[in-house]
This record gives sequence, C-alpha cells and structure tokens, in this order.
Amino acid sequence: MSGAPTAQLPPVAQYALRLGDDALILAQRLGEWAANAPELEEDVALTNIALDLLGQARVLLTLAGKIEAAGRTEDDFAFLRDERDFVNIQLVEQPNGDFAQTIARQLFFSAYQRLLYERLADSVDPTIAGVAGKAIKEVDYHEDHAAGWTRRLGNGTEESHRRMREGVDRLWPYVDELFRTDELEQRLVGEGIAVDASGLREEWHKRVTTVLDEATLTAPESSWTAPGGGRQGVHTEAFGYLLAEMQHLHRSHQGARW
Amino acid sequence: MNDAVLIDEQAVHRAAAAVPDPELPMVTIEDLGILRDVTVSADGRVAVTITPTYSGCPAMEAIAADVREAVETRGATAVEVRTELSPAWTTDWITEEGRRKLVEAGIAPPAPVGDHNRSGLQARSGPVQVAISPRCPRCGSPRSRLVSRFGSTACKAIYACGACGEPFDYFKAI
Repeated sequence: MSGAPTAQLPPVAQYALRLGDDALILAQRLGEWAANAPELEEDVALTNIALDLLGQARVLLTLAGKIEAAGRTEDDFAFLRDERDFVNIQLVEQPNGDFAQTIARQLFFSAYQRLLYERLADSVDPTIAGVAGKAIKEVDYHEDHAAGWTRRLGNGTEESHRRMREGVDRLWPYVDELFRTDELEQRLVGEGIAVDASGLREEWHKRVTTVLDEATLTAPESSWTAPGGGRQGVHTEAFGYLLAEMQHLHRSHQGARW
Repeated sequence: MNDAVLIDEQAVHRAAAAVPDPELPMVTIEDLGILRDVTVSADGRVAVTITPTYSGCPAMEAIAADVREAVETRGATAVEVRTELSPAWTTDWITEEGRRKLVEAGIAPPAPVGDHNRSGLQARSGPVQVAISPRCPRCGSPRSRLVSRFGSTACKAIYACGACGEPFDYFKAI
C-alpha cells in the first residue's frame, strides 16, 4: 500500500526512513556489482556489504511503518514510494562509476555511518540504538575494506592512482550534505533520539584525510558543492533510474513474495 | 491437573537448541550463541528469543521457522519467536563445542573479541585490526594470509595457509 508523503509522517518515522533509505539505496547500488566486480573476491565483498546495509534498512523501514501505524510494511516503503518520498542523502545514489569511484563512495559513507552509529547506539529509541549498536561492528569492516582499497589504488600504478583521484574528486561535492542538519533532526536531538550530523564533520574529515594521505591523495581544495536536498526528497538524475530498477518487479507483480 | 497441555520446558529448550544453522549445518544455534532465551509460561505459551549474527543474515528467517517447527513437535501450540538486536551478537558467544565443530569442518574459529566489545562499542575506534592471522584448520600452521575480508557468508573471511597452501574460511571476530 502507498501511504502519506514522508514529510507528513511522525518525526521519528521520518528519521528512521532517513537512516533506512541511506542503507537501502547504497545496498541497491552495491548490488549492481554482482557478477561485475573486477575480481571474484570483490564481487563477494561488495555484495556482502550490500547485504549488511539491507539488513539495517529492513529494521529501520519496519520501524517507520510501526510508528506510522497505518499498516505499511518494509516492502511498501521500499517499493511503493515515489522518488520525492525517499529521504536518503544524494551521495549513496551516485552511480557506481568504475571500481575506484565505488570505493571512494564507500569510504566516505562508511566513515560517516561509523561516526553516526557510534553515537546513535546511545539513542533513547531502543530500535534505533539496537540497529546502530549491531551495525557498527559491520561498518568497521566496510570502512576498513574501503580504506584498504583506497590505499592500494592510490599507491598502485599511475592508472590506478588517477582513477582513485577521479573517484574522490567526482564524489567530494556530495560530502557536505552528510553534515547538514535541519529542524526535524534538531528536534529529535533534543529528545535524545537523533544525532546532530553537523557535529560529525570535523572527525569525519580527520578520518578520511588520514586515509587519503596514506594513499598519496588529497581532498580537492576548491570544488563545487552539490546543492543537496536528499533529506527533503530532492534527488539527482541517476536516482530515478535506480528506483525504476529496484521497484519494477514489485510494482509489476503486487504482493509477490519469495 | 488442569486441562492445559503440559509442556516440558527443558525438552522445549533442547529442541530449540538443537536447530542447526542453515548456512553452517555443522553447528547449532546454541553453539553459535544465536539462541538467547526460551521461556514457557504457565499457560503453555512458548517464547523463543534469537539474535542475528549480522544485520542482513539471510538465515534468520529460516532459523525462526525451524525453531518454531522444532518447538511445535514438543507439543507447544502457541509459539512466539522473537528477534532481538540488543545486546548485539558477538563471536565471543560461540561455545567451545561450537568452536571445535567449526575446526572439524575446516573453518578457523574467531579470535576473542574481548571486553571492549561487550562493555560498550564506544570504546572501539578505528578500523578493525585483522593483523592476527588464524591457524590453518587443515595443517595447523599459524602462517596464513588474508585473501578477502568477505567470504561465502556474511560471517566469514577467506584466508590461505602459508604452509599447506589451502584456502580456508575464517569465522570473523565481531
């Protein structure tokens, strides 16, 4: 069933969807690597990361449905919402590009998620705290994997260095959005449920810059900043295509189950 | 005697505990520490609590269904299988028996995670340390190298032995 627009849901449900959509959409992107990765181990690794993220998303989307109390399930949220009702940050919807670009996206996102979940593990909402406390251990592996490849590609050949640098440059404009906060988030921070994303910025930069340094790479000094708006349902061109693929089966065969 | 069906709590617990992990059938959910609690209330209702190893572990639904079936064969009709995320599962909950079975099946058991994991995740910072290499479950050599942090299931990494050359699964410590 389709339901109320995301912006009209209770605040905690909206917040659960923000966290859940980040995980869901990145899982979908990473799933595109199945049978396409440069080597078998990476095929397995990227889809394993996708599976962890999908597991997080399922609990969070279910939570949103429970709070809304209108009977929507995780599937309803994943497959029957339209583009403007998804509230993920734009970084996670960016196309995979080449392997280096995928790794840059993963490094940026996992470092963010690591810092966010570390704090959300103390949320007064038991489900959000439970997801965060559990997932943090998985995210450690994701971040470590992305950092390892960033170093390997950065320190590898001229070609791998160039590609890693281009991946970082291509996605850097979407980093700023990770640390923007808004009224909804601030309200939930006050209630002890959410984390103020703007407070993660400094530590994130320290963490990511360390890896880039080790990879003989640098963050672009002057770069345009994407206008963002993912949390308000504004998305980039690539997102519609992603949704079409993700939702096609479910919408064509309503109620289909494994 | 009242009319309620008498349910033997110990038998119910044994039945639930004996359910194998569908992806690692050599070990049970009790061996892995997935089974957290079994209670039988006075009116015969059975509540089983399980916890996922990884957030996206696809075996959880099969485990829940298998637990239900196993408990129902012990005469229980009102069975609830709950999934709880907190406290988060850790490989430190894998029993000695479970570790022994893993080695026998050619899977190197996880290194201890220790108190810093159990007492609060905030204590952890930085990427996971994977420097300690596991012992080869085939030849016992401590010389092994990481092939990939991610393996055939969410819970395993792939290593290769430096002595006998065989690749093997390592149960990742989390």
